[in-house]
Amino acid sequence: MLFVESRQWVIPGDLLAKGEYTAGENVYKDEEGFYASKVGLVDFENRVIQVIAVHGCYLPSIDDLVIGKVLKVGLSEWVVDINSPYKGILFVSGASGRPFDSRRDELRDILDVGDVIIAKVLEFDRTLDPRLTIKGRGLGKAESGYVVKMTPTKIPRLIGKKGSMIELVKNRTGCQITVGQNGYILVIGKKVEDEVLAVEVIRMIERDAHTSGLTNRVGEFIGKRK
Amino acid sequence: MVGKVRKKLVGKGGGRVDGRKPNDLRPIKIEIGLLQRADGSAYIEQGKNKILAAVYGPREVYPRHASLHNKALIRCYYRMASFSTEERKSPAPSRREVEISQVIKDALEPVIFSEFYPRSMIEIFVEVLQADGGTRCAGITAASLALANAGVPMRDLVASCAAGKVDSQLVLDPNDVEDKEGEADLPVAFAPQMGVVTLLQMDGLLSKDEFDQAFKLAVDGCKQINTLQKEALRGKYLAVGAAGGPGQGEKGG
Amino acid sequence: MGDSSEVISNIERKRILELLSRGKRLDGRGVRDYREIRVERGVVEKAAGSALVSVGETKVIVGVKVEVGEPYSDRPESGALIVNAELTPLASPSFEPGPPDEYSVELARVVDRGLRESKAIDLEKFCLIPGKKVLVVFVDIYVLDQCGNLFDASLLASVSALMSSRVAEYVVGKGGEVEAKSKYVPLPFSSYPVSVTMARIGGDFVVDPSLDEEMVADARITVTTDKDGNVCALQKGGAGVFSVDEVLEAIDVAIEKSEELRRDILGV
Repeated sequence: MLFVESRQWVIPGDLLAKGEYTAGENVYKDEEGFYASKVGLVDFENRVIQVIAVHGCYLPSIDDLVIGKVLKVGLSEWVVDINSPYKGILFVSGASGRPFDSRRDELRDILDVGDVIIAKVLEFDRTLDPRLTIKGRGLGKAESGYVVKMTPTKIPRLIGKKGSMIELVKNRTGCQITVGQNGYILVIGKKVEDEVLAVEVIRMIERDAHTSGLTNRVGEFIGKRK
Repeated sequence: MVGKVRKKLVGKGGGRVDGRKPNDLRPIKIEIGLLQRADGSAYIEQGKNKILAAVYGPREVYPRHASLHNKALIRCYYRMASFSTEERKSPAPSRREVEISQVIKDALEPVIFSEFYPRSMIEIFVEVLQADGGTRCAGITAASLALANAGVPMRDLVASCAAGKVDSQLVLDPNDVEDKEGEADLPVAFAPQMGVVTLLQMDGLLSKDEFDQAFKLAVDGCKQINTLQKEALRGKYLAVGAAGGPGQGEKGG
Repeated sequence: MGDSSEVISNIERKRILELLSRGKRLDGRGVRDYREIRVERGVVEKAAGSALVSVGETKVIVGVKVEVGEPYSDRPESGALIVNAELTPLASPSFEPGPPDEYSVELARVVDRGLRESKAIDLEKFCLIPGKKVLVVFVDIYVLDQCGNLFDASLLASVSALMSSRVAEYVVGKGGEVEAKSKYVPLPFSSYPVSVTMARIGGDFVVDPSLDEEMVADARITVTTDKDGNVCALQKGGAGVFSVDEVLEAIDVAIEKSEELRRDILGV
């Protein structure tokens, strides 16, 4: 039995349902029923109840595409900020195709503090910090552009069904946009004005993530500005 | 010893110094998500109390050796600004502030799903800008909202309220003068959905019956405050056009 | 602390420099523009005076308390002014709870110099019993949200708090006891010191640096002036350097901007 309607706002501790359901994201179950653990919109799909949270930190998943910022250069690895309580570790083996000779080669020549990278999560579990790689298509160091930060819970909305939303933004603003699952988004445009527009659109999508008709409104918004 | 006869704090009809009836809460105003840097924040005014709570985390633990392998480390700091009290207070933490930091942490930790974030840290900061009795309670109420604002997964919100005994009358939400001059003070924190008490302290003298009544009064106060917490969250996230809602988006590094 | 918030990305640094070379800033401001400033006075009724100031998203609250105390031995007939600053851990992921570190001490001392050297408070008026009892004015700065330029926000908040402070009138009895009357009077305040902080990025100056600009800057300079346009305090910070001309230019900019702030924000 459901105690809430689909797309209803819930807060931690709200009773959502009792009976034969499965607890999805941000929902917990005890003997009495299913409850929300975060502020957000409740959503039902089949018999899975989840709450699309308004805020939340990023927990890495294997194969996630993430945008990161190098914080430290170690002896054989870089420590990377990936907007998570867990810092990403990028070993040399995950960065350079060429064999690395610690006597001759300098880590800083490959990546230095402050560099922005597009990476993939190779490994992560509860006992180890996430391991990253920048070897692969579309991965590597970002030479220019602008990084926007969005709460990771809204990333699926930014991407849209089968990428429809993000493709719309990319095509209409003419920008290259790489969306990290971790809530960091790299925007590269030919002109600064294009980037500024893309950033505004991304912020609009984050703000109105839970509303309907968003795709149309985004299209209109860009149309007025370009 | 010549004693000074103190003015009565509770009149015959139950009227209190600030005009309230024995079971009245002080007027409460709440604002959520007002700080830019903090992961979550909330501000509460309860009578003359003005308290700001902020949450950072889950984030990396420091010092590293304090890290817990199976859950997040929860830390809480309750501090009073020097100008928050009648006489200026030194900015350095007093023993009272250290104790209150501990009880606030113990009031909130039971509802937090800390096991979701092993080897990380969640920090709760409560800053009292103006104090007028019951600051630990208002601090917990605000901190609970700051945690929700930060997206920290919780079983429930926690609301907190005190009851007291003043001039032999049991009262709800004593202010500073009632707390200082009264016969007993009983702060309580309550997680309404789970139906459990997460903070309980008392100082003073109460008979068993008085305790029963005062305790129930305080728990009822917590429930009323929880309603206000929910309204505040709804107001924040359901505002017209959702403009008052979730983050304006922040720049990444 | 090695916190991620303290490392600015290289592409953002590049972006800031690129825009500056065209006289523009990330948030669209001109190089001499302040962000929106809001002042709310009297937020803490228990204090003698108080003000909450926001400059952009930077938020600082100042409370003033006036109490009877002992004078400094080298100034027996003068009241005392004590300025303290707390970089509360609410304000930034890199502020830790604990005693004041070098940043909060620098902040307090720069604000102190601005108030003291401009003679904004005539401390001679605060003597009750020479050598024994004077009034001590405590100015406590609590930073609540660090989004750049704490110096200017803190001095604006301190001045606003002092301008609206009310002090009890004190009476010295025959036996040397000091008693506060129940009558309150405005705290005597003048000069209205205002500080203008500029960050040096590449070869350019920006007034009222935002958080990102602070992280990219190689140096900063804070110029405090009084109502008559006199320079009463200066502070250079950061590991970078200024040329002599740059310093002179900064002072000119500060005098101009502080007049605007005094007029538009303080209303004097």
